[in-house]
This record gives sequence, C-alpha cells and structure tokens, in this order.
Amino acid sequence: MLKAKHKTGLVFFPAFDWAIDPTHPEREERLLYTQDQVVEEGLLDIDGLVELKPDLVTAADVERVHFCLPDPAAVMTESHFISAGGATTIGRAVMEGRVEKGFALVRPPGHHAMRIVHGARGFCNVNIEAIMIEHLRQAYGVDRVAIVDTDCHHGDGTQDIYWHDPDTLFISIHQDGRTLYPGSGFPNELGGPNAIGTTLNIPLPPHTSEEGFLYAIEHAVLPILEDFKPQLIVNSAGQDNHFSDPITNMNFTAHGYAELTRMLKADIAVLEGGYAIEGALPYVNLGIILAMAGMDYSHVQEPSYEPERLRQSESVGTTIAKICQLVKAYWDQRGAIAAEVRAKPGCDKRSRQIFYDTDGIHETQEERIQLCAECGGALRIDSQSDRGRRILAVHIPRKACTRCQAQGRDWFEQADVKRYQRVALQDRTTDSYSVRSA
Amino acid sequence: MIVGLDVGGTHTDVVLLGTAGVLNEVKVPTDPDDLFQTVLSALDQITADVEPHRIERVVMSTTLTTNAIIQHKLPAVGMIVSGGPGIDPGLYRTNDHYVCISGSIDHRGREIKSIEAEEVAAAREQFMTAGIRNVGVVTKFSTRNPDQELAIARQLEGAFDKVFLGHRISGNLSFPRRIVTTYLNAAVHPIHRQFFEAVRKTLAQKGWDVPIRVLKADGGNTSFEASIDYPAQTIFSGPAASVMGSIAFGPEDGEALVMDIGGTTTDMAILIDQVPLLDPMGVELGGHKTLIRALKTHSIGIGGDSAVRFEDGRLLVGPHRDGPALAHGGPTPTPTDALVILGKARRGDRDMAFEGFQPLAVAMGLAVEDAAAKVFEHTCRLILDAADAMIARINQQPVYTVHEMLAGKKVAPSTILVLGGPAPLVAEKLEALSSLKVGVVPRWAVANAIGAALARTTCEVVLHADTERQTAFAPEENFQQSVERSFEHRDALRLALELLKNKAIARGANADHLEMEVTEDLQFNMVRGFQTTGRNIRIRAQVKPGLIHDYDPVAGRLM
Repeated sequence: MLKAKHKTGLVFFPAFDWAIDPTHPEREERLLYTQDQVVEEGLLDIDGLVELKPDLVTAADVERVHFCLPDPAAVMTESHFISAGGATTIGRAVMEGRVEKGFALVRPPGHHAMRIVHGARGFCNVNIEAIMIEHLRQAYGVDRVAIVDTDCHHGDGTQDIYWHDPDTLFISIHQDGRTLYPGSGFPNELGGPNAIGTTLNIPLPPHTSEEGFLYAIEHAVLPILEDFKPQLIVNSAGQDNHFSDPITNMNFTAHGYAELTRMLKADIAVLEGGYAIEGALPYVNLGIILAMAGMDYSHVQEPSYEPERLRQSESVGTTIAKICQLVKAYWDQRGAIAAEVRAKPGCDKRSRQIFYDTDGIHETQEERIQLCAECGGALRIDSQSDRGRRILAVHIPRKACTRCQAQGRDWFEQADVKRYQRVALQDRTTDSYSVRSA
Repeated sequence: MIVGLDVGGTHTDVVLLGTAGVLNEVKVPTDPDDLFQTVLSALDQITADVEPHRIERVVMSTTLTTNAIIQHKLPAVGMIVSGGPGIDPGLYRTNDHYVCISGSIDHRGREIKSIEAEEVAAAREQFMTAGIRNVGVVTKFSTRNPDQELAIARQLEGAFDKVFLGHRISGNLSFPRRIVTTYLNAAVHPIHRQFFEAVRKTLAQKGWDVPIRVLKADGGNTSFEASIDYPAQTIFSGPAASVMGSIAFGPEDGEALVMDIGGTTTDMAILIDQVPLLDPMGVELGGHKTLIRALKTHSIGIGGDSAVRFEDGRLLVGPHRDGPALAHGGPTPTPTDALVILGKARRGDRDMAFEGFQPLAVAMGLAVEDAAAKVFEHTCRLILDAADAMIARINQQPVYTVHEMLAGKKVAPSTILVLGGPAPLVAEKLEALSSLKVGVVPRWAVANAIGAALARTTCEVVLHADTERQTAFAPEENFQQSVERSFEHRDALRLALELLKNKAIARGANADHLEMEVTEDLQFNMVRGFQTTGRNIRIRAQVKPGLIHDYDPVAGRLM
C-alpha cells in the first residue's frame, strides 16, 4: 500500500452549491474536476493522507482580523465561514501534531481581503489565511509566521493585514502589477515604519516559466525564510500561474507547482485562485498534495504540456534575477531602510483609495500608526465607503507595549461617535472586539 | 418457503422460512476445508421433511471467496493496467502477471493518448504462456470512457475464459480500488463458479430445481447467474447477513447500532430508519481497499473467546483468541469464563473456569468472582468505546456542499440491537453502561441466516451525462448513448431509474416492490469563457438494502 512520507491533512471543500454568480470564474464547477482527479487517483486511501471535515469559524475568529461593515454576517456567506473554517481546521491539526502538514483545498479564496471589509474584492470577502493564523496564535501561542503567497495576483489583502506586523513575514510572488489585477505588489512595498522588510514583493514578468519561479524560490524566498526563522510557514497556494489559466499570462506547470511545494516545505497550504479548472487544477492539486506528502510526483503532467512552448526567454530570466537581487538587498538592509523611513515626517500616516472590483465599492482610508520600537504599534483607520458607511477602526496589536495599548484605547474612547456609524476596537492583547455607536 | 444459509467461521446456520416466520433452524459445524460438504449437510438437515417443490429459493452467504482472499489462495490471473499521468500505476501491483501499458484518458473521458496494440499483444502472449485463464483490464477514468478497456478486451478475445473490465465492476471513481476490485473478481471467479455450480448440480440431482441466490456485502442478494460476472460482490457477506437479520427490530423512525458478538470478534453496523448504512467507498478486506458496495461495518477483535490478561496494571481483552474458553477446555481466561463464573452462562464447566481464572484474579488483586465481574464489565465497556469511535468517524465524514455542511446531520443511535452467542447475557450490562436502550434480536443465534433469507435483491446504477460532449454513460450497464445538448437533469434522472429498474429485475428483484432511491444527484453548468457550454450531470441510484415482502421478518418480539 502507498504511504505518505509526511502525514498530511486535507480539507476538501469544493462548495458545490455556491457561486459568486452563474458564469463567474468562482463558481460551483471550479473544483469539480479536481475532485474527480483526487478521487480517481485514490489519494485519500493513501496511508498518511487524511481527509478532515472543515469546522466553521465564528464571528469572533473573523473579528480578530477584520473590521466588517456592518458586521461579519453581512459581508460573508456560509461558504466563507466554511472556507475560513477549513483553513483553520488544517492549522489546528498541524499545531496539535495530528498531521505534519496540511492543505486546505477550499473555496471561496481570501487573499485580496484587507483589514477593513466593506464587500468583496478580487473574488474575496474575508482573508482565510489571516483568520487561520490569528486563530492559531490565540489558541496555541504561535508567534513568528511566514506567509508565502504564490498566487499569480498580488496578495494585497494579506499584505494590508500584516503591513505593520514585524512578526509576520509576508512574501508575495506574482505577475507584475503593471500587467495584472490588482496593480500593486512592487518591490518597494516593504511594510509600515514599524515593520519594514517583513513585507516583500517579487513581481515576475509575464511568461515566466517553471525555471523563473523556482529561481525566485531558491534565490530570494528560501534564504529570507532561513533568516526569519518562522515557527510556521503558510503557502497561499494560488494556481493561476499555470500556462493555461484564462485570466493571467504566466507559463508555470503542474510539475513546477509540485517542485515549488517541495522546496518551500510549507506547514500549511491554502488554496487561493486558479481558474483553468479542467486543464490545470486537477493536475496542479495532485502535484501539490503528492509533494506535501513527500511522494513521487514525477508522473504528474497536464495533457496540454509542451515544454518547447513554455521555455522562458532570456530577457525574462535576466529580469527575474535582478528583481530577486533587489528584494534580497532590501531584506538584508531592512534595518537601515527602516531608520531612513522613520526619519521622514508623516511616515506614520497613509491615505488610500481602495476599489472593491467584485462589489463595485469605493473606499477611502486615512490610516495612522503609532511609531514604536517595541511593538507593531497602535493603528487607527478612518474608513469611508461610497455606500455611505464610515468606521473608525482601532487595532491594538497582539504584543502591544503599554504605551501603544493606552494610545489605542484612547483613540477608541475619545472618538466622536456622531461622526461614524461605528467606532470599533480590535484589542489583540485581550482578544476582544468592542464597538461604540451613536 | 425460503431457505437461508449463512456459513460462519465456526458454525453454519440455516433456517427454513414460511410466510409466517421461522419453520425450522439448524446449526452445523463449519468444516473450513470442505465448505461444499458443510453446505450440503446443512441443506439436507433443514429440508429433511420438506417437499422440494415447496422451496421457492435458497439464499446463501458463504465465506468461500472471503477465505480464499484472506488466506492468499487465489489462482494466477493476468492484469493489464493503463494509468496515464498521475501516480505511477506500477505502485498498485496486485499480482505477478501485472502489465502496465501506455494510454491515457482524462477526467472528462477524453482520450489523451491512445493504447499501443503491440503492448497488449505482448501481455496476451505472456499470460497465455503462463497458462492464465482469467484476465482483468483497467484504465484510469474508464468509468468516464470505456473505449480503451473495450479495445484491449477485443484484442484478448478467444484467448481466455473470462476477461473482467474495470468499468463494468463499478461506476465509481478510484483507479487503485478499481484495479484491486477487478483483480479480485478475476481471481475468485473460478472458485466461486465451481462451488455454486457444484451446489446447483447436487441439488438438481436431488430433484431440487430451485433458484440459488447469493448474499452480497451490501446486504442484498443477487441471482447466481448474475453473481458469475461479479463474484467479488459476495465477499464479506457474513456481517451483512447479521445486520439484515436485525433490521426488522430497529426503530422505524430512528437509529440503531447493531452488535453481533461472536467468539473472536464483535461486528457493528448502523441502521437508520431500518435501512443499513452503506460504506461510501467500498469494503476493505485483508488489506485490499475495494469498490465493492458494502454495509458500513466495523469489526473489533473482542468476542466471547478473546484472551484476557493483566499486564502492567492494565486489563487487556483480545484482539487474539487462544482457543475456546477455559470452561470449554481452553487454555486462557476469556469473557465467556467470566460469564460462567458469574453464573450468567449455564453451559461450560464452572470449576475449570474458576481455577483457570485464579492467576488472573491474583494479578488483579481481587477475589475470583470480583475479577470476573471486572472482566465482564471491562469487555462491555471496550465494545461500547469502539462503537462510540465508529459513530464519531461516521459523523466526521466530509461533505462537499454548503447545504449539507449546515444541515449537519449526525448519527446518534437511540438503541442497540445485540445478537450472536452471548447476546442475552450481555444486553443488561450494555444497557447499564451505555444509557441506550438495548434489545436482544429474537432467535439471536440464527438471525444471520434469517437475514440472508429475507434480504431483497439490491443493485446500484451510476449515470454520468456531459452535454457538452453529448454523452450519457452508465459504465456498469455497458450503456452509452449520445444525447442532445438539451438533455436535462430530469432526463438523466429518468434514465438512471429506468436502468436501475431493468438491472434489478434482471438480477431477481420483485418488480412490484422495488424500493429505489437516488443517492447522489449533482448538476453543474459548464462555463467556458463566460458562456454556458453544457451540463455535467451525475446521478447515482440504488435499490435500498431491505427485506422482501410477503414474509414476516418479525420472528418473535425483541427481548
């Protein structure tokens, strides 16, 4: 009988009765052929591959990460509670040692969902990785976490949530934002003044092949992970870098995804995007599962695979080498860069416009972070949408120093509730979420 | 009248049933080396005073094929397997003559790579040279497109007794299980055929021209003729017989746990509204995971004759058996001895049990009676713990839709039905320990044979329609039809039920009492480039396992 080298947990939740709308890429059919492949290959009969039933997350799990307007139930469907729950189920199984590694093959995805949620962006409503990670931090005391986002789109939601957190390393590898949604994720996006360098972006040129992806993993991601020494590595495993994906322009392969998985050695993988539902997903997922379990994936190959057509041009290779060098340099010099950033007046403030493409909402944010050498810093966000909703959101980070705790509470208590629908405090030191309203 | 016969490891139970209930019951010892004689002797005894023409049919559950598999006494067969991309099919080798060839079909049934005739010809030569009589052929995704299996079969025509094709064995996915199941069918085929033909011939010589039915692992029966093509369906029918013998006593509206307490093992199953729960994938036997439809049963190595000992401060029961109980001349203390010592069991030599129990009692630091009470209670507790674990596992079964997830139906039995040798002796204790209602199945010692006799004919159909490719396909039925793009869900449903009805009648079901139900019903719009290009429809329908009409199964009241 076949045996997995690493005991691996799988949550499979294809949400066969849920879609954004009937012809949307995020629809019922998305994981149908993946399920067929997984069942036909007999993966779940392999000794050491365990299918786990997803739990549902609670509103408290969501509010540890997000400020939802007006509340979690209003911006989430049941399917979101289950997909975030599936990721969390895998996380718990890993933390409790019931499995060595785990993969949450769930939908809908989450990596475009930011800290403030007015609606859906990039097919995402809530950030399922962040909800899982904060649950694990709360339940098991995990501290240092690395997230490697290998979806073809920049993981701007996860970046936003961990922008000010020096204990969460977020690395996103994606197709260059000048050529693809959401148009962000450039190497100079390095995190807030209290957390410079723990956000890193590796934009790859269109038509990057297996060679280029694995180069970036080997020359940028792995050495940085080695330095950061995370207790937990999470892979946001989007599968839309595949050469057959209908909404992106990359040349990655099922075999390449398996290789990447083997090299990255993530403890937990969570499915993100990937919309080549017939030609890519069944094979990519098979490759990822076999690689996580430490099994042979050399026979995994998609029917339309033609190595000649997927060869990477020399200029693409050169561009990737330069970007990796740059990102590595930013990482190595993060201390000096931080000092430079913090010396600039106004570095504690950001003004942003955020567009929710899926729901067509425009949001304006005024953000302020308390500069702090001891913790991630108290965070205050004044957010208003064109639907007329306004919130003052205050976040006190998990390891906040007494000064930042006091500042956060002060912001919360002193806010003029008449100017907002809601004033909310997300206090991670007490794991509480409080609301004041007029 | 119907004769029901269940060959067990130690005893063979046989009953004669009339419409009003059990007319006669007989127990004969099983001779594992000559099941044929065992069966004949049981049939002779039960029908001693019956006129042959009054027997409507004989339904048999035997350990014949099960034993052959567990004891690795299977004849050589040839396997031809084609995998395509994915896990290397060489890793699923089932036997010596196992040949992997090229070819590939994808998840929607499209041919990606054709098979090579020379490779098939070479395998054919190899098998013929080795004197192989039966062959199995399996390709990946053959349940979506059987053409490659059929093409291979054409090339093998005339050279072998029988060629088993994966897509006919089961309509379900799982390439490794399809390989194993096809292999087992090919391998047990000659054993099964020879045995039942011999039984039929012998009965015919006695002037008995009655149909023979064979019990399957799913608790239903099938005609002997149909069983020839799917002989592996008859493996592991023993536990199914007991469950079928209990179902009339389960709550009509509610759940029950069936416990068959034997000498070596206790087998458990679940009834929901008097219908036994089926295993979602298939039976697992001797390390083989198969696609053979089966009742969800769980077997633990704890029974009346399990070896009891006290090691490192812990009382251990089973999973092995050293022989009969002390009270019956055996070597080691057993739960049966505890019952004898406590005066609950009448049979057996109490002095021998008492004496043999003494070292155990000393080790436990208790008087012999107290030790016996402790052993008895501990055994019951272990059985109940295993039952709880089984129920927890069933409730952890993943579901794939938001609706099912939120509906969250959980199995929570209100009743335990006990049968098997010590059933009436343990019922009270189980009730005290579990807080569930515990009942003893009447005629608990032969309920298995009654179950075999009264089981109805069951079968399943899987239909897959893909209107973009314009096909509707029921692999096991060898049914393939091209359909219009307008083919809809309700057309698929109608077609599946029609196929099921024909199949059930062909296998011996009573056309007036077909209890058909749809067990899987999925439809997906296939969207390519923001256009709906077709529908992918998946229907699975079955004749539920249950009891036949016109015979009273309630042979007595629940004790």
